[in-house]
Amino acid sequence: MKKFLSFLLVSLVMNVALAQLQLNGAGATFPYVIYSKWFDEYQKKTGIQFNYQSIGSGGGIKQVIEGTVDFGATDGPMKDEQLAEAKAKQGTDVLHIPTVMGAVVAMYNVPEIGTDLKLTPDVLAEIFLGKITKWNDAKIAASNTGRTLPDKAIVVVHRSDGSGTTYIFVDYLSKVSDEWKSKVGVGTSVNWPIGLGGKGNEGVAGQVKQIEGSIGYVELAYAVMNNLPYASLKNKAGNFVSPSLESVTAAAMNEAKKMPEDLRVSITDAGGKDSYPISGFTWLLVYKDQKDEVKAKAIVNFLRWAFKEGQAFAPGLYYAPLPKEVITLNEKKIASITYKGKPIK
Amino acid sequence: MDVIQGIQTVVSPKIVSRNFGDTVFKYLSQFFAFLILLLIVLMAYEMYASSSLSIQKFGWSFLTSTEWDPVADQYGALPFIYGTLMSSLIALVIAVPIGVGIAIFLVELAPKWLERPFSFIVELLAGIPSIVYGLWGFFVMVPWIRTTVEPFLSRHLGSFPLFEGAPYGVGMLAAGVILSIMILPIISSISRDVLKAVPVSQKEAALALGSTRWEATRIALSYSRSGIIGATILGLGRALGETMAVTMVIGNRPVIKASLFEPGYTMASVLANEFTEATTEMYISALIEIALVLFVVTLLVNTVARLLVWSFTRNADAGGRL
Repeated sequence: MKKFLSFLLVSLVMNVALAQLQLNGAGATFPYVIYSKWFDEYQKKTGIQFNYQSIGSGGGIKQVIEGTVDFGATDGPMKDEQLAEAKAKQGTDVLHIPTVMGAVVAMYNVPEIGTDLKLTPDVLAEIFLGKITKWNDAKIAASNTGRTLPDKAIVVVHRSDGSGTTYIFVDYLSKVSDEWKSKVGVGTSVNWPIGLGGKGNEGVAGQVKQIEGSIGYVELAYAVMNNLPYASLKNKAGNFVSPSLESVTAAAMNEAKKMPEDLRVSITDAGGKDSYPISGFTWLLVYKDQKDEVKAKAIVNFLRWAFKEGQAFAPGLYYAPLPKEVITLNEKKIASITYKGKPIK
Repeated sequence: MDVIQGIQTVVSPKIVSRNFGDTVFKYLSQFFAFLILLLIVLMAYEMYASSSLSIQKFGWSFLTSTEWDPVADQYGALPFIYGTLMSSLIALVIAVPIGVGIAIFLVELAPKWLERPFSFIVELLAGIPSIVYGLWGFFVMVPWIRTTVEPFLSRHLGSFPLFEGAPYGVGMLAAGVILSIMILPIISSISRDVLKAVPVSQKEAALALGSTRWEATRIALSYSRSGIIGATILGLGRALGETMAVTMVIGNRPVIKASLFEPGYTMASVLANEFTEATTEMYISALIEIALVLFVVTLLVNTVARLLVWSFTRNADAGGRL
């Protein structure tokens, strides 16, 4: 009994002694890979620990509204009602800070076609609406002249779980197809007209890899890692652009000029000749008026580091780094973070 | 008289102290039993309270509507109810004959040295986590179903509406098969125990009267009928609630189709998939209502099954048999 009690006492003391500054965050799964890298590198540099739970964008937004985390992360920006709710419950605005960008690609498994299938926006929408059902449909052949397309059925694969990846994808489809906008709409989870549901990016990639004739949407990293071909899309300027880090950054650079003040913007269907049309930001959600000065300083310093040294880690992990214009806007944004009304030094 | 009174006075103090211990024991175990009931009632109440938004908006149409649209906030649970019941039914149809067959083999036909290790292996299946089944199912079983089983069924039985359609691999059939593998150990191990409990005298009497091996086994089976039905109920209970294994192989599409090749969706799967990203209050409320429906369906199915058992054993007692 004595031994046990003394062991308890020692571990308690140790716990208190080893207690370092720890910040808790939760949210999107898409940027989880780079956030882990960042938090790891930052801890090596400063000793400050960040604990991040990738429970999904919806979960991140909810926890930020409830105030159970120090910061959140989301692929789809908060709606006005959610911001109002957060303000009512936490007494402060929530800032959206874009951190990296990603591309959502249409990957397919049709051995006869090989790589570099060209798709136009309306064709993509009609495939996912279930109106184009065969690979050798005239509409697909129209943008792929000179290639023989097989007479195979198209099997559509989408996400079964709610996801920011879905959000970016359907946001794009809503912009390019009125029918999609009225029939299905935009959300992290939608009522898909057709198709099988896979759980997570891995689930969709796995299904497409197994089923011949299938097409699905995933983050760029998953298509590259699974060695499956993905389609080039015709962008707003009329060029067929292949998804890559450069084409995503081009999309962001183009839209950065018209970014709204609160940085909540969708960059799908971006203008510019090199822009990849299905690109998206991912945001960190930070309280504007912080309640803890030490944590406030830690968050601000971390964000500053993320905009400079952190961006260098992005390309290696298949995330597109932020263009300079957006970093400038971010710097201005985090300068507005306050602790009890006073700006953080 | 005095002697008896004397014994009582000598014995009474001991009985009193034992009574006290007994009383404590009685109330303590009553309390624990009550705690379980309280837990169930609390769960049901919590789910009902949290889903009040959705109940108010949809009412009974929640159970009959097939629309599941998170963007328009329109929810209906019928495809999920169908998916849960159908996949569990397929699992039972496959697992009960095989499970009872394994039990008969182990009890009646297997040599003694084989019985122990074999039943050990079958029971091992029960310990494998659901997600492991899901991964195995997705990477091993589904391709096999897509390339071998479904084309075979298509070729020979393709005219039946049950086996129509393109072979995706994932779908209701895959979900049913993987569930059957998961509930097999429960059914077989309980059936085995129940069959073992049949008095040897019954079987010996049957054999002595000249019945064949199979006829003697039939007698043993009718003796253990309620136990086997109990095993089936337990297996069904597990099948109704299985989540991860099913969601990876069922195709996750909220539709009601006749064909087993088509994808489906179960109540547990939709909860696992959509709960974390459910953003609006109505969405969360609808999902919790699905949890409530699953809870009620499980209770209903178990009650019906229990009534079945009761009616069987009642008839058996009244003299009817076989």
